[in-house]
Amino acid sequence: MQMTATAAVDAVGLVKNFGRLRAVDGIDLQVRQGEIFGVLGPNGAGKTTALRMLATLLPIDAGQARVFGVDVAREPHRIRQLVGITGQYASVDEDLTATENLWMFGRLQGLRSADARAAARRLLAQFGLEEAADKPIAQFSGGMRRRLDLAASLITRPPLIFLDEPTTGLDPRTRGQMWDTIRELVNDGCTVLLTTQYLDEADQLAGRIAVIDRGRKVAEGTPEELKASVGNSTLQLRLAPGADQETARQVVRRVAGAEPVLTPESGRLNVPLDTADRAADVLIGFREAGVGIASVSVAQPTLDEVFFAITGHGAQGAPEESAGQQQETAPVTEVK
Amino acid sequence: MSTMTAPADAASRRVVDADAAVARTRARNGITETLSQTLIMAWRALKKMRRNPEQFFDVTLQPLLFTAMFAYIFGGAIAGGVHSYLPTLITGIVAQTVLTTCMATGVQLREDMEKGVFDRFKALPIARIAPLAGPMVADLLRYLIAAGLTFLMGVIIGYRPSGGVLGVLGAIVLAIFTGWALAWIFTWFGTIAKSARSVQGMSMLILFPATFLSNAFVPVGTLPGWLQAFVKVNPISHMVSAMRELANQGTIGSEVGWTLLAGLAVIAVFAPLSVRSYRRRM
Repeated sequence: MQMTATAAVDAVGLVKNFGRLRAVDGIDLQVRQGEIFGVLGPNGAGKTTALRMLATLLPIDAGQARVFGVDVAREPHRIRQLVGITGQYASVDEDLTATENLWMFGRLQGLRSADARAAARRLLAQFGLEEAADKPIAQFSGGMRRRLDLAASLITRPPLIFLDEPTTGLDPRTRGQMWDTIRELVNDGCTVLLTTQYLDEADQLAGRIAVIDRGRKVAEGTPEELKASVGNSTLQLRLAPGADQETARQVVRRVAGAEPVLTPESGRLNVPLDTADRAADVLIGFREAGVGIASVSVAQPTLDEVFFAITGHGAQGAPEESAGQQQETAPVTEVK
Repeated sequence: MSTMTAPADAASRRVVDADAAVARTRARNGITETLSQTLIMAWRALKKMRRNPEQFFDVTLQPLLFTAMFAYIFGGAIAGGVHSYLPTLITGIVAQTVLTTCMATGVQLREDMEKGVFDRFKALPIARIAPLAGPMVADLLRYLIAAGLTFLMGVIIGYRPSGGVLGVLGAIVLAIFTGWALAWIFTWFGTIAKSARSVQGMSMLILFPATFLSNAFVPVGTLPGWLQAFVKVNPISHMVSAMRELANQGTIGSEVGWTLLAGLAVIAVFAPLSVRSYRRRM
């Protein structure tokens, strides 16, 4: 595959302090042109802060960053012409309609009125928002807001798009639509840098992933490489009440050759597996050892397990998202 | 290093060309861009005003109510009659209303800055002054309404400005200019304060002494000497005197000059301050 010489993002030793807290502690990021790069980590890991520094929304305390070879700290105005950023919270004007919002952002970036209107129409069609074009944003559902927000970042077709947790809080269907949209961006020639708490999402979209924990990069690689470090799938067990958790742990060590992630209170046990076939071996091991099981499922490993494998501790700060599979997260409330 | 895993058809329909985009970038905005960005921000503010008409309460109700109330309540006591009080009162109310409107500018900016859309404004390649100056341009309309309505209400009650139509128009223009200039102080409050509520608090602290410890409502001669000293240097007094020169005498005197100069000085100091603290706040 053809590769251009300049990296889309080349950041070395990024540091950001908030008072005494070091939110970003020397992160290096290299994003190549045309790829989707995922930054994976729990809440408070420093993902958003790093992104905001690269987008000139926060001053860089130490380190250096270049976007397509342009220095972020020295030439913020140029960077703002190259980067479109979509945050976790919709940054569109609540009092204006969807069309007015897009028109305004287009005009602000130097499009002529007619061109801005055409761009607005094109994007509303592309994001399935035509029917809502003249409705005030206050009437939009969470998913529609996100889509409009992304549309607003694309008006001038910036070559680099930052997406800060683009699907957090979205229901599964809207999430799938968002994923398709992100893939299309890359097809159009954009480079995408996205942050996420979901290993699944990074796996679906990103060519390469950096795992961030407490302001530091703890791992980087392809989704396959990362998953290989935790096993390709996870056996999720709920032990029967009264089952001996210590015995269960030993069985897993012996049969699967891996350390289980145990939640003693609920009797939940997650076992990383190289292949899903190994699940049967573990179950047979339990039967032989007399460990009762209440429920069984096999799933992709979660962020928590990746974290456990890499850092030796769970992904703290995001219990609701990382504790279970995505299906368990509540869909966003649709507008009344 | 592993190969890039963008979809296989990635190269098939490139719409976005990074190298060309980099080549197109410009190091900074020109004056024309800054101006047009400010006007677009003003358009946004006007749209918002139209959708939230309650924002006009202060500039419509206050002049109407206060003019009538002050005229009938204080007219006899201060000037020996409603009619003889009006030439003093009307310009005073204009000054007061314009200042209250300035305060609203700061409060609204602060509220606005807390909204998500400001995040996008900061991320866009637009002049940093545009999101601040835009709403202020839209506010010119509010100053116009405030000053115009006050004079109108005065005329209804019986005010006959000797400066004539031109003199009154001059006074209105001066009020709008002064209001716009002073609004930069409150805009600065908006960029440094923690919340809209604290902007309101800070503004009130200035507003009340500034309007009442001036010649806006009473003849300065009736005040004790030490207070006269303050009133004479209070810029609001100069603004009011200048408006009186225009509306009541139809002359452009030194007070007009001083007021214009003071307005320009306020802009020169507080506009850069506001932009600086807005930039920092990110």
